[in-house]
Amino acid sequence: MNSSATQRMVASPFRRRLQQISGSVTRHTILLLGSVIMLIPFAWMLATSFKPPTEVLTWPPEFIPRNPTWQNYFKVMETIPVMRFFFNSLVISIISTLSVLVTSLMAGYVFAKFRFPGRDVLFIIILATAIVPFEGYMLPFYLQMISIKWINTYQGIIAPYAIMSFGIFLMRQHISSAIPDEFIDAARIDGASEWAIFQRIIIPLSTSALGALGIFAFIQAWGAFIWPLLIASDQNIFNMELGLTAFQFKFSVDYGPLMAGSVLNVLPMIIVFFILRRRIIESIALSGLRG
Amino acid sequence: MSISSLEKTGEKPGAGRLASAKSRILGKNPQQRSKLIFCYAMLTPILLLFFYIRIYPIMRTFIISFFNWDYTRRVHPFIGIANYQAMLTDSRFIDALRNTAVFSVATVLLSIILALPLSIVLAGKIRLAPIYQAIFFIPFITPMVPMAVAWKWIYDAKYGILNYVLSLFHISPVGWLVYPETALWAIILMSVWKVIGYNMVLFLVGIKNIPATYYEAAELDGGGSWNLFRYITFPLLRPILLFVLVTSTINAFNVFTQVYVMTLGSQSAPGSAVRVLVFDIYSNGFQFRKMGYASAEAVFLTIVVLLLTVVQFKFFRTEEG
Repeated sequence: MNSSATQRMVASPFRRRLQQISGSVTRHTILLLGSVIMLIPFAWMLATSFKPPTEVLTWPPEFIPRNPTWQNYFKVMETIPVMRFFFNSLVISIISTLSVLVTSLMAGYVFAKFRFPGRDVLFIIILATAIVPFEGYMLPFYLQMISIKWINTYQGIIAPYAIMSFGIFLMRQHISSAIPDEFIDAARIDGASEWAIFQRIIIPLSTSALGALGIFAFIQAWGAFIWPLLIASDQNIFNMELGLTAFQFKFSVDYGPLMAGSVLNVLPMIIVFFILRRRIIESIALSGLRG
Repeated sequence: MSISSLEKTGEKPGAGRLASAKSRILGKNPQQRSKLIFCYAMLTPILLLFFYIRIYPIMRTFIISFFNWDYTRRVHPFIGIANYQAMLTDSRFIDALRNTAVFSVATVLLSIILALPLSIVLAGKIRLAPIYQAIFFIPFITPMVPMAVAWKWIYDAKYGILNYVLSLFHISPVGWLVYPETALWAIILMSVWKVIGYNMVLFLVGIKNIPATYYEAAELDGGGSWNLFRYITFPLLRPILLFVLVTSTINAFNVFTQVYVMTLGSQSAPGSAVRVLVFDIYSNGFQFRKMGYASAEAVFLTIVVLLLTVVQFKFFRTEEG
């Protein structure tokens, strides 16, 4: 044992306590400061959204609105169909999430538990394409959508999000590690059909992984921007992101209504986040780290 | 040669091969057969869809990049590598490439450097840790467009709070999003703010997976906190660092939304103050209908991303050994 450790062991309990307290004070200071910086954009957005026009453009800026008003929100609701955009975002996100879940589970199961010619090559191809960014092949995909007349349709917006290579990988990892072969073989000996095995064993034992993947896929689809921007020019199928962008062009520097629009856009996600906070953080950490 | 044509020839070796091919594809006994049928039934629709939405457009990007391709015209002349040659002398492309590179390096490094100490602090026994964690994570979970709009307001040249805060320190107001150089850094700052919580959560999981006995042993040997980080946390966190490095670099290279929202407004110039690669692809392909040229840029983007991934894996592998 060297000298500094001995010294630490004989140090008085009082000094240790003092060190602990000062350490925790600096730590809390760092975290508090960081938290304030993280939250300022939200707070500033919220504050501005309740200010009448005369209070928005003032110098020096004041944080708390003097005469809080809902007028910015009314203006947004009058100018753009917010509920429609919200509904569109919901439809797009739910359908693409379901599609990702179904395809990932099916392909993941087959890749995890079956041997068949070409399996490894196919799996490697799927993994390799996961690295290629969507922005790298969106142009020809747009041409494909033109040729099947899917421009300005829900299915056109959803199409690129229907399968997630990473999801297939995640489900394969989960099924091969969490579901023992013996389970499946025992069911086969009992005369269960392959479909029954999938339905009664694989699906119920994969729900936690599916939940994590679902949250991941949903968040990704909800924030989709560049693809809807390309394929949707009809306001009726705009998602929230496109709607807000169009609104921004209309109200370029009218920050009151703009912030109200932004609050409405952010609100659903924040509410969901506070309800499912722990689950969401875990899912994203999990799906990140398995990759 | 298809199976049916083999059958017709009726030759002995062919028949033998047919039998083996048949048993390989369909299985030897009924149970194996039903297994394989199930396999193909599950996989075929998925693979077809996968081909249509991934493989085919990826290959087609590569092909189109050798053509002069305007999708409103019928004829698309083959022009060899002319698109690639034009790209390398196009000042707008070079500009976009430089901006994207600066953006990526700065965003990735800053977000890792800031997230690492935060996660170390949060990993220790500290009260309210879950609340701090949630607060740092919120920006990552919120959609990009509204947050970009909010930051645009923060950066506002006349009434933005950033300029107000700076004025308290007697710094004169700056039109952050007006000039290319400041606009790029303004977008970098916003993007770091957006991803920091994600990196932090990943690091946190990694740190918590390091057995406490390692630290106890090191502390008995008199290691200071810097040494604990240097010799225990950092090396054991390396796989996660690698993962964060690779994925955030890929994401950063594809930056588009925040640039589009923050620098393209009806009040700003027709071009963008900050040109990035994906924006260049977007505007060449869709505004100027130069699909061939834009595809060449897209191929370039893809190759850069692939190379970065390979390099980062190599770099971390060798250091491990």
